[in-house]
Amino acid sequence: MMRVGIRKRKTRALLRRIAVIAVVLLIAVIPAIPIWLMYGWIISQSFSGRVILGILPSKLTIENWRFLWSPITMGEKEYPNIWPITLNTLFLALGVAGLVVLVSSLSGYALSRMDFKGRTGMMQFIIALHAFPSVILLIALFVILNKLGLYGKGFMTLVGIILIKAGLEIPMATWIIKGFFDSIPWDLEWAALVDGCSRWRAWRSIILPLVLPGIGAVSIFSFLSGWSEFLLVFTYVAQEEYYTLPVMIYHMIGEFIHIDWGMLAALGLFYAIPTIIFFSVSQKVLLKIYVGGVKG
Amino acid sequence: MPRGLSKKMLPWLFLAPMLLMITLAWIAPLVLTVYLGFTDLKINNFLAFIQDFFTDKVKLTLDNFRKIFYAEDPYVSETFKVTVFYVVSVLSVNAVYALILSIAIAYFVKNEILSMILRVTWLLPRITPGIIYALMWIWFIDPRYGLLNDMLRLMGAPEDWLPDSWLLRKPYSQVLMVMINGYVGASFGMIVYTAAIKSIPPDLINAALVDGASEFQVARRIIIPLLKWPILFVTAWQTLSLLSSYEYILMVWGAGSGQGYGIARSAGVMVWSLYSYAKAFAEYLYGYASALSLILVVIGLVLIILYFRIFGFKRLMEPSKVEV
Repeated sequence: MMRVGIRKRKTRALLRRIAVIAVVLLIAVIPAIPIWLMYGWIISQSFSGRVILGILPSKLTIENWRFLWSPITMGEKEYPNIWPITLNTLFLALGVAGLVVLVSSLSGYALSRMDFKGRTGMMQFIIALHAFPSVILLIALFVILNKLGLYGKGFMTLVGIILIKAGLEIPMATWIIKGFFDSIPWDLEWAALVDGCSRWRAWRSIILPLVLPGIGAVSIFSFLSGWSEFLLVFTYVAQEEYYTLPVMIYHMIGEFIHIDWGMLAALGLFYAIPTIIFFSVSQKVLLKIYVGGVKG
Repeated sequence: MPRGLSKKMLPWLFLAPMLLMITLAWIAPLVLTVYLGFTDLKINNFLAFIQDFFTDKVKLTLDNFRKIFYAEDPYVSETFKVTVFYVVSVLSVNAVYALILSIAIAYFVKNEILSMILRVTWLLPRITPGIIYALMWIWFIDPRYGLLNDMLRLMGAPEDWLPDSWLLRKPYSQVLMVMINGYVGASFGMIVYTAAIKSIPPDLINAALVDGASEFQVARRIIIPLLKWPILFVTAWQTLSLLSSYEYILMVWGAGSGQGYGIARSAGVMVWSLYSYAKAFAEYLYGYASALSLILVVIGLVLIILYFRIFGFKRLMEPSKVEV
């Protein structure tokens, strides 16, 4: 009697265990296979002339990476050299990161440490902006860019895009930096003030070193979001020599699809290098920020 | 009293650069979108408008809204349907599927390393720059080179179910649109839910297990009820961002077809925000396109006010805390 009960319970436990594994497989593992295949493909395709079964490399070659040392041609058409385009992308990303960090560390500090009328209202306003999907404003921003005389001006258009992109990122960055300031105990700053530091000095020698990790995270994050920016450049930049990498890749996909998968894969991988580096270095902090990102 | 004055001024001095940037990137375009929505701005009076915002070459009119609401633009109703389908289906991936996914990864899988591998895998689509993600999909769905059809064949799908083109054949293209955005969206829910699951006191779960509850009962009776606020938060947040997200559709259909994003229309994946984009930058009907955007702006503002009411300010700031 007892033994049958135990055995029954054991079978039930086993069945439950199997059900749990089935759920994990069906929900988390099998749907993840396409993701593994895609990343497997892009890596092995970029180094091989042909791939077997989609992801197994064969005929290893660096021919796919030829865009690094020679211009890419398609019939009569010659594409702009990759290095100036990379520099444009770098310029955009650095500009966005610099501007965002500069502006939002000031405002984040004020919101965290200073008491003024309308502080709560200001924070609600920032949260609301953060939630509001900015891509809707693309048309009006196009008009503003024209009004400022920055449209179709090559390099200056990129500057305009930096201003816009930084402006769009600033509410979120302010919010994150405010969070980092909040986590530094007041007493520390207070003690410095009591000891006769000026507010500026207290900020520079006590607060700033403590908040540097936060500033680092925000600058990496805004660098990456500038690096991946597609729509603004795609929409506002008309001249090919001022394209950034994602826009160039977009146009290349249209031309080289079915013809040269290898080069497209290599190009994609080349473009992803900064993202890969930064993510493997500082994923923990970045993930926290990514939760706040408005994406898909 | 200059001292008191400067004390009052100081915070605003710190905030000034931010306010300036926000005015440029948010406030001015928001106001301008409202204004443009009521004009007939298009390519032939655009230059005059740039020189003078109040030129009489640009007329104030309600025509744009008449076109939208009285179906004078025959394509609006289809765009509307596609948008509703898109938002509802991607949203259910983001909120519901992601919930099961995170319970599976964060609770069912006890092995730390396996759990971490799965979490990183599901995060990859979000981390990857959009155009690379698009390129990988364009390859994956290609009937000749890609593996999607092969994978489905392997799972036993009959040959005549598999389309010759995932991009252009209609129900397939719409499924594809949901998949592409769903993989990115699922990770958002996953991050929020996983953090919330990890913050549930283990005692609560252990007590239930000791009392003889199964893993499923724990998931249904303890974890899911505790995730009420995170679920609401993910749904609210994603509704807002889905209403306006068309970047992946533009990239995959625009680059993948080699013919530009106009192809989205015949593929049945032209969502409202992309339609507005196309009206402005392919047909140069800036006024009409702004009116289309304005509708999204209004919906967005209403939703944000609603969210402030539901969540309260405090909860919006701390989305992943669980209240026990």
